[in-house]
Amino acid sequence: MSTSTADVVVTGMGATTPLGGDVASTWEALLAGRSGVSRLTDDWAQEFPAQLVARLAVDPAEQIDRVRARRLDRSQQVAVIAAEEAWRDAGGADAGVDPERVAVVVGTGIGGALTLLDQDDILEAKGPRRVSPHTIPMLMPNGPAAAVGLAVGARAGVHAPVSACASGAEAIRWGLDLLRLDRADMVLVGGTEACVHPLPMAGFAAMRAMSTRNDEPQRASRPFDKGRDGFVLAEGAACLVLERADSARARGAKVHARLAGAGATADGYDLVAPHPEGAGGARAMVAAIRDAGLTPADIGHVNAHATSTPIGDTAEAMAIHGTIGEHTLVTATKGSTGHLLGAAGALESVFTILALRDQLVPATANLDDPDDHAAVQALDIVRREPRKASFSAALNDSFGFGGHNMALVFTTA
Amino acid sequence: MSSTQEIQTGVAEILEEVAGVAPADVSPEKSFTDDLDVDSLSMVEIATAVEDKFGVAIPDDELGNIKTVGDAISYIEKNQ
Repeated sequence: MSTSTADVVVTGMGATTPLGGDVASTWEALLAGRSGVSRLTDDWAQEFPAQLVARLAVDPAEQIDRVRARRLDRSQQVAVIAAEEAWRDAGGADAGVDPERVAVVVGTGIGGALTLLDQDDILEAKGPRRVSPHTIPMLMPNGPAAAVGLAVGARAGVHAPVSACASGAEAIRWGLDLLRLDRADMVLVGGTEACVHPLPMAGFAAMRAMSTRNDEPQRASRPFDKGRDGFVLAEGAACLVLERADSARARGAKVHARLAGAGATADGYDLVAPHPEGAGGARAMVAAIRDAGLTPADIGHVNAHATSTPIGDTAEAMAIHGTIGEHTLVTATKGSTGHLLGAAGALESVFTILALRDQLVPATANLDDPDDHAAVQALDIVRREPRKASFSAALNDSFGFGGHNMALVFTTA
Repeated sequence: MSSTQEIQTGVAEILEEVAGVAPADVSPEKSFTDDLDVDSLSMVEIATAVEDKFGVAIPDDELGNIKTVGDAISYIEKNQ
């Protein structure tokens, strides 16, 4: 029946983040300019160069049953929490959709690192017989997608894209493709991450990728600011429910926005370093805008990937400036949330959709003194307070180690 | 040495911790899989917890023969 031009809409959203335990509280905290970042007080962290993290605002233990939680890695727990909110929001249980037509695509950057590392401690201390029989299903990178699939009863397929910090956005693009190809009627998509632990912290710090502004936690994540010195590791998850517009309309579903297009590219440049001019990111943006049937002039708002690293933010500013132009209102919400890695693209898609709905662009926290680079200077980056604006299309960027670039275009419902 | 009643209470505590089974639902004739909804991975956890609590190791080939709470209680009684 359907063709590759099928309209796809967003009918559900869910999230648990450093700013709140659901979408509404997260959005409210973001608009209020609150920060999710704090300094680690754990003993192990005290000798670390980077001691800042953005922990979940609401402990998953408050949102998920104890017995269920003990069989799920923290990255799976938060994925399930966000997925169940999105599913409720979409009225998924009452939608009357055959489970064999429901799919799940949930990505993660790191996967079940906490389980892997905790069980390794047990292995070292007590031997192999004491390693939990739940270890493998908890650490496998498709574990969050599989847990979400069970939670919503999806039987059309459960998939887990892994593209570092682009994973959440890649999941959304994958969902769009599944619907356009008529492989499912409803797709629950999203990203998840929960890896606050000494090893990932030490690894990112060894790359000199993390902020060491330890004395000013809430001012440490400062995308596009001259004083930025790296990202702040965050944890959380966000999910969307996608459907074809015709079937969503037929069942009377509330539509948050239209997922109009997606673009994916690879840098082909370096395993870790972004292309210095953001060439791969620029190509993803061009592809997404074209896929949406729009022109750069239509893109009124960009939720940038900007993680607060010196090289990445400037490269992205060049890409946005070169492909979209100076008219668009840019924000970088990682200033408030920190960097949720594999969940970032999904959470920032939620923010992009809410910005479209409310016609309100959140401010980039801590952007006190924009970088001197010409592209940063030329862009209209919203700061200090949210800005009212009138726009019908918005774009969300996500880039990941490995040279993965994703861009998603949403339009008003 | 634990009494039969002490062992049953201990097994019930383990079932509550590992699988969320209400202690009131635990009685010797109950099947772990059919009545208490305990899956195979959780049975492995239960075996480890039994070893910790009662000092009785349950080898894998014996674990397969333990179908009911009563089977577990008598295995522990015989081997403690």
